[in-house]
Amino acid sequence: MIEAIVLDAAGKSYDGQAVLAPTTLSIAKGRFVALVGGSGAGKTTLLKLMNGLSTPTTGRVLVEGVDVAARPGPELRRGIGYVFQEIGLFPHMTVAQNIGITPNLLGWPEGEIAARVDELLDLVALPRAVAGRAPSELSGGQRQRVGVARALAARPSILLMDEPFGALDPVTRVALADDVRRLHEALGLTTVMVTHDVGEALLLADEVVVMAGGKVLAHAPPRDLLAGHPDPVVTDLIAAPRRQAERLAELARG
Amino acid sequence: MADRLSAALTVLPERLGWHVTLSAAALALGLAIALPVGIAAARNPRLKWIALATAGLVQTIPSLALLALFYPLLLLLSGLAVKVLGHGFPALGFLPSLLALTLYSMLPILRNAAAGVSGVDPAVVEAARGVGMTDRQRLWRVELPLAAPVIMAGVRTAAVWTIGAATLSTPVGQTSLGDYIFSGLQTEDWVAVLVGCAASAGLAMVVDQLLGLIEGGVARRDPRRLWAGGAGLALGLLAAVAPLAGAALSQGRPAYVIGAKNFSEQYILAELMAGRLEAEGASVQRRVNLGSAVAYRALAAGEIDAYVDYSGTLWANVLNRQDNPGRQAVLDGLRTELKRRDGVVLLAPLGFENAYALAMRRDRAEALGVKTLADLAAKAPDLVMGGDLEFFSRPEWAAVVKAYGLSFKTKRQFQPTFMYRALASGEADVISAFSSDGRIAADDLVLLGDPKGALPPYDAVILVAPKRAGDRRLLAALTPLGDSIDVKAMQAANYAVDRDTGKKSPAEAAQLLSSRP
Repeated sequence: MIEAIVLDAAGKSYDGQAVLAPTTLSIAKGRFVALVGGSGAGKTTLLKLMNGLSTPTTGRVLVEGVDVAARPGPELRRGIGYVFQEIGLFPHMTVAQNIGITPNLLGWPEGEIAARVDELLDLVALPRAVAGRAPSELSGGQRQRVGVARALAARPSILLMDEPFGALDPVTRVALADDVRRLHEALGLTTVMVTHDVGEALLLADEVVVMAGGKVLAHAPPRDLLAGHPDPVVTDLIAAPRRQAERLAELARG
Repeated sequence: MADRLSAALTVLPERLGWHVTLSAAALALGLAIALPVGIAAARNPRLKWIALATAGLVQTIPSLALLALFYPLLLLLSGLAVKVLGHGFPALGFLPSLLALTLYSMLPILRNAAAGVSGVDPAVVEAARGVGMTDRQRLWRVELPLAAPVIMAGVRTAAVWTIGAATLSTPVGQTSLGDYIFSGLQTEDWVAVLVGCAASAGLAMVVDQLLGLIEGGVARRDPRRLWAGGAGLALGLLAAVAPLAGAALSQGRPAYVIGAKNFSEQYILAELMAGRLEAEGASVQRRVNLGSAVAYRALAAGEIDAYVDYSGTLWANVLNRQDNPGRQAVLDGLRTELKRRDGVVLLAPLGFENAYALAMRRDRAEALGVKTLADLAAKAPDLVMGGDLEFFSRPEWAAVVKAYGLSFKTKRQFQPTFMYRALASGEADVISAFSSDGRIAADDLVLLGDPKGALPPYDAVILVAPKRAGDRRLLAALTPLGDSIDVKAMQAANYAVDRDTGKKSPAEAAQLLSSRP
């Protein structure tokens, strides 16, 4: 098995305060991994170590076998898609310019970028007509679809997502989550997604990493976690969506 | 009225041209410095604190004082440059004005650049990093475009401040729209004051509107507004500077520069000297409204070629003497000392004194029984003393206070014009007057005697710059003025300029003086 991302005792602290204890974690190529846990669990910190937005204070991070510290950050990030909750579309650029930004930074020819933008709009199920619009003219769900398209524009093999559906309404959220899973398969991506929604993680991911207090408590496929875990924190975390699902099923049976 | 308006408008192109050149240069320089510092400050809280505190401190210095401070500083630097490089640079006029205005323009640009850049949505900044932008790309492609409207608003504020403050460059010898205001205030030519104010306010409004157009263009990403505003500014700048360039090309450098301090008599005498040189076919530039101390240093440094000063002033302020050895001894002492110290040539005295004297309204003086400074000392504790803007800080005042033991109820400072008004209305009981002032006779004032000889003599003398000491043409034009003007003639000429009705311009009054039999 080829490892896409490896954390080798990587930890992070600010002013001597550890936000992430030294963590060792491997993510295999082609997997969809969800990081779950409450706020302050260290999920986002862990994610940002993977594309160099944050640098580890101890240990090292390897992306496709290469130490992240050995590569210039901007170059590293151009090869890794990144989506986050606030979306962060550039308000002074059109939708097409937003999507085409990383290819533009990489110096792709104009024509190739334009063709790629059309392709991506199709891929994230947005009408091509939105290409010339400003981000402010789109709905929240459409904006996050643009955010996903922007992350995928330069054909990365890794996609990192930080609470990507957090700000969306439930219907949009489920639709977009399904589309992202479909894209993950179709493009052969390695995807790491931070979420506080354990149900979403269990349904979407191949592997779930459970975090609390800056430590990884569990790393296992959803089915194994549902079967039970020795750590009571993990059990509690898994129990809630599970109970909800069971109640919904009862309700449906009548 | 119409005459004075048309006289004022004749010199408008030159003054407006300089005003625009000065303001635009200061703003461009301020932008070039404050913008990068402001952007750097947005990333570094400590730098931000230091930069904003410094710029804020500069802003609290009154702009006139800031302009005045740069003159001695530049004079010092120029002196150093002469020693090190062999040649100096002009410390008067454009350079000190430019530097002071540049400092003045920086705060709003700095503040808005820092606020604009640090105010960009953190999510957008993180996205810029996330898509793989370098720090430089993030600045140019994301932060600056998004901060541009805020930065432009700062530039607008800076432009309006700079255009307003540029009127204050007149006292350091830079032609600007302030010439109207300073001279007009002095000679009570309200038409000129109004023209100066209107022109500078109008200029500020036009520039503000054009920058507003650019600001709107930047905010709404509307290239048409952007170009319209930019083209308007460029055309305006060209149109304003064209007369200056035209004048510079057609005349070249003026042969002589005649200076004057900031009151009517000085304007008239400068016109008189300039007129004589122009009659000889020389081109003459006038630098009027120089501060009293600025004028002598400018002459010694060769930035002006000639101006009129007064023996007592030079004796006390330049030679730092507090004694009074008598009229002729002062003149002789000055002639040798100024020559020895600075190479400055003192020509023959003009024939009248413009002495500092304390003056009272005749009715008031008679009622109190005051004829001399000695009489005044007894009554002073109940009286209000009015002085011109520099009198109380001059050694003459110290000498009078010491000699007679004067102690007034209060002391107030006035612009000379308003000082006479204050005396007439009773707001001041005694004022510092000049013996050649036309208003003494016109307002029926009495000058108080000085039995102890505390006030030195003030013979009007023409001073010539060291580098012109051997200039035959200049000396031939100015020397005949020696002993040619008595105090009555000077009073009449001054009054022609200072009176309320039937006012003459300084040039016309100079004409009156030179056409006397």
